[in-house]
Amino acid sequence: MIWNEKIECASRDEMAAIQGERLKQTVQRIYHNIPSYRAKMQEIGMLPGDVRSIDDLKKLPFTNKTDLRDNYPFGMFTVPMSEIVRVHASSGTTGKPTVVGYTRNDLNMWADVVTRTLCMAGVSRNDIVQVAYGYGLFTGGLGMHYGTENLGATVIPISGGNTQKQIQLMQDFGTSVIACTPSYALFLSEVMSDMGIDPADLNLRVGIFGAEPWSESMRKEIEAKLKLKAIDIYGLSEVIGPGVSCECEHQVGMHINEDHFVPEIINPDTFEAVEPGEVGELVFSTVTKEGIPILRYRTRDLTRLIYDKCECGRTLVRMEKCKGRSDDMLIIRGVNVFPSQIETVLLEMSETEPHYLLMVEREGTLDVLKLMVEVQEQFFSDEIRQLEGLKKKIKHNIQSLLGISVDVKLVEPKTIERTAGKAKRVIDNRKI
Amino acid sequence: MIIKQVSVFLENKSGRLNEVTKILGEAGVNISAFTIADTSDFGILRMIVSAPDKACATLKQNGFSVQTTDVVLAKTPNKAGSLSKLLAILQQEEVFIEYMYAFSMADEGAVTVIRPTRVEYCVEMLQKHQTELMRADELYRL
Repeated sequence: MIWNEKIECASRDEMAAIQGERLKQTVQRIYHNIPSYRAKMQEIGMLPGDVRSIDDLKKLPFTNKTDLRDNYPFGMFTVPMSEIVRVHASSGTTGKPTVVGYTRNDLNMWADVVTRTLCMAGVSRNDIVQVAYGYGLFTGGLGMHYGTENLGATVIPISGGNTQKQIQLMQDFGTSVIACTPSYALFLSEVMSDMGIDPADLNLRVGIFGAEPWSESMRKEIEAKLKLKAIDIYGLSEVIGPGVSCECEHQVGMHINEDHFVPEIINPDTFEAVEPGEVGELVFSTVTKEGIPILRYRTRDLTRLIYDKCECGRTLVRMEKCKGRSDDMLIIRGVNVFPSQIETVLLEMSETEPHYLLMVEREGTLDVLKLMVEVQEQFFSDEIRQLEGLKKKIKHNIQSLLGISVDVKLVEPKTIERTAGKAKRVIDNRKI
Repeated sequence: MIIKQVSVFLENKSGRLNEVTKILGEAGVNISAFTIADTSDFGILRMIVSAPDKACATLKQNGFSVQTTDVVLAKTPNKAGSLSKLLAILQQEEVFIEYMYAFSMADEGAVTVIRPTRVEYCVEMLQKHQTELMRADELYRL
């Protein structure tokens, strides 16, 4: 079923008209409420009135993740706090998180776009949806939750973790849809086999997987192991959360809810638009958000757009699975990790520049983060228990900042390769 | 009476120990005794050498993390029961030990390297009980 046929099957001209009208209002709102963005527009001599249609979008300045950090926590909100009914946060590039705020209308719109994505995935009000994304500051859990309620399906708000209980409820409640990260889906299948449970005996038929990159081969593996249809969903909190885009049952790219989130693909080096269909960096402008509307937000995700009408009948533009990042962000078990965050932790523990290397491995089905730290003079102690204590402290401080565990290994100075004087910080050995 | 022990951070991988001994050999630094404290992925090499400052400087130049630590070297006769006597003194005077190791010399008996939590106090107590301690200048003879 198509939740909002008028919008999801609109012609390109109709969509452009809707986007243009909404963009004009958003530019006005931001120009008059966000001094930092107004300054950017003034710098290039642009006034809100210069935006007359969606074609003028490309003239506007970009917004970066650092803009959110510089205006931490609420400086990018365009409404008074009395209008904000909820905040979410994701990890920023250094110690401070990236905070987003939602008005009542924003939450309604968010639930509505998530409902659309559920319908794309083939979910209906007859389904029982187990939401195994984390509930809390992370947008995954609550975002899926309200979209599912809005659809009228039954939601099991179990949140992340507690794997045996997840499986028990699948059995007892007859869960038909599971929403979680793709790596957790594979982990579920492993635990099921340990528990002697055959997924074919469960009622599962659809999985909605997102919050981390995954490949077509991983899709095949999940589908074979869990006996369900694996659907890719995309979102980021700076834009709204889950529900920015999602695959339909044909699994040929994720339909973007572009009447709310207008996509562009740029060359990350020249900032110019790429040729239609070419791969580049995905940029989003929200055109209906009230709490924290954002213009030309650089997601750093690399992908391409497909404008052909889909077999499902929708005309909403599709984005391919993300092919990588144009920055050094890693996504580990659904958590965004920037090497600069690790650096911040190490810097707090010593006064000189730390040398470290982050390695990501996929062990079985789960991503493991390993951190090698060079034991420079300032870290070295003659006593084993001091060095073991140092390892524990690094592990603890990273865990409390990022919420994920890391294996710390102490190595000798100068063992981490330097390229052109600068150390290489990340090795990603995952085959995804 | 306080001796500088040289401590080096080493990763558990092949060839690292020989790298250290090669560097010290070429620098003309003699190693009188050493021990390795190890964990699953790293170790600390502790050495009594003929020229601790030179050893440190040379190893640092070669990129090692190095540190000197104050230790006490107690001489005991090379015969049964003498280590026990030494330990009894330490216990009686409540000298707390981080770690210790020993080496023996053919004629001059055995030497126990002690890293106490309080170095001066340890020296004072051992002298009180007439334990013979090795002086820094004696080490050059070893």
